[in-house]
Amino acid sequence: MNTHAPEQGKTLLDADGLGRTLSRIAHEIIEGNPELDEVALVGIQTRGVPLARRLARLIEERAGVEAALGAVDITFYRDDVTVRGGEAPLAAQPLVRATQLDFPLDGRTVVLVDDVLYTGRTIRAAIEALFDYGRPARVQLAVLVDRGHRELPIRPDYVGKNLPTARGERIQVQLVEVDEVDAVLLVGSPEEESR
Amino acid sequence: MIRLVTDDLRPPGDPPKRHLLSVGDLTRNDVERLLGTARTFETSLERHVKKLPTLKGHLIVNLFYESSTRTSSSFELAAKRLSADTLTVKSVGSSVDKGESLKDTALTLGAYDPDVIVIRHPQIGAPQLVARVTDAHVVNAGDGKHQHPTQALLDLYTLREECGRLDGLHVAIVGDVLHSRVARSLVQAFALVGIRTTLVGPPALLPRELPAETFTDIEAIQDANVVYVLRMQNERMEAGANFVPSLREYTARWGITPERLGPGQKVMHPGPMNRGVEIDPRVADSPDSLITRQVRSGLVVRMAVLYDLFTGGPVGVQALAAAEVA
Repeated sequence: MNTHAPEQGKTLLDADGLGRTLSRIAHEIIEGNPELDEVALVGIQTRGVPLARRLARLIEERAGVEAALGAVDITFYRDDVTVRGGEAPLAAQPLVRATQLDFPLDGRTVVLVDDVLYTGRTIRAAIEALFDYGRPARVQLAVLVDRGHRELPIRPDYVGKNLPTARGERIQVQLVEVDEVDAVLLVGSPEEESR
Repeated sequence: MIRLVTDDLRPPGDPPKRHLLSVGDLTRNDVERLLGTARTFETSLERHVKKLPTLKGHLIVNLFYESSTRTSSSFELAAKRLSADTLTVKSVGSSVDKGESLKDTALTLGAYDPDVIVIRHPQIGAPQLVARVTDAHVVNAGDGKHQHPTQALLDLYTLREECGRLDGLHVAIVGDVLHSRVARSLVQAFALVGIRTTLVGPPALLPRELPAETFTDIEAIQDANVVYVLRMQNERMEAGANFVPSLREYTARWGITPERLGPGQKVMHPGPMNRGVEIDPRVADSPDSLITRQVRSGLVVRMAVLYDLFTGGPVGVQALAAAEVA
């Protein structure tokens, strides 16, 4: 099934399961938005972007509507730009990727798409970034995995799979477009409670 | 970009701060990261809202002991585009012991806990001094005829955007190399990214110690993809010293005119220009001139530098040689 995993981990969702899950999310987005041509799918860099692209394809296959597609990078909107407490940063910030929103946001329903929902801080940053481009009518959230441990009042509208985890564990989503394989893995053990 | 200062005056225990004091502190990776970040900032400037919240709540002090239009305005705007607070202090250099007065100014401004101090000063090593006595990240915005690292970075950015590559380009730097901190930073930066450098100018204005081919004949610019024109820096020449017989003589022999340029040869100038001296107005205003493009690059590259000071990863740690400290 999953012979290409760079890191050992327990497979929670294989390629077929991931495909079925996305298919269901696409259906729910169609159901939840009668005015489908107003919908824009915006992936959060990095893995939210191919997920949004796949959802757009599935929606087009099923409903015949081509949803607008965009990407948002939240690097400049993070709440942890400077390391508090004065330690020098241990690792470089991830490479900044492109934000691409080539359509007016005003009045649209934006569905933010990300792979894993965890603390909610990424989503907060993504919402802030969106509003610097325009004023969408509403913003919804679609995630492949919700692993709990929210630190902000944010809840997803579309969830692929609820996977309660310990903080020391890590959910790793692998996508063909980025990782050459489709899978959701559980990495690390609950004993490695880090905070 | 990290510099550990060995004769640090602050109490022990403070973490090392990242500074941009010289192009010599940068690795090729640093340059690539900075140019990549600058590119992203450039796209953010096409947006409806041009401000990013990235450095909200941080204080950036611009301390300028020399006149400047481009550098000080672009640092100020870069900080504002990143939502930082800015404080600009301009002061004209005096003949008193500048080391002492600069130290006191730095200590005073340091009391406001600035996150970054951007400093331009006529004396070499002034940024290092500020780095030693304050807790801020320090950016050298030009120290004497020593270094001007953000100018070199914005020129690399401009060259990359304009030519599509850096490696293998050939740039001829023409004019008063001797007094030019821009040229010193450029020669280092060009070597780092694989650009071939040729220095052209009057013999008295061509230093021997720089690692580049030097020519006194203006013909030497012929093979270059880009001609980088330097300003004649009368203010840095000691009174009575005869570096060139006259400005008219300089213009006749080394001035960049349309006739001296080949087709498609691009022209850059760090500004401010002496039109009609080192550069013919027809060249400055021609489509082959990248001068306005350089100014625009300055904003996004300085945004990238400010951002990188806060977030950049581990890089080579160098001890600051005592000799480098003024």
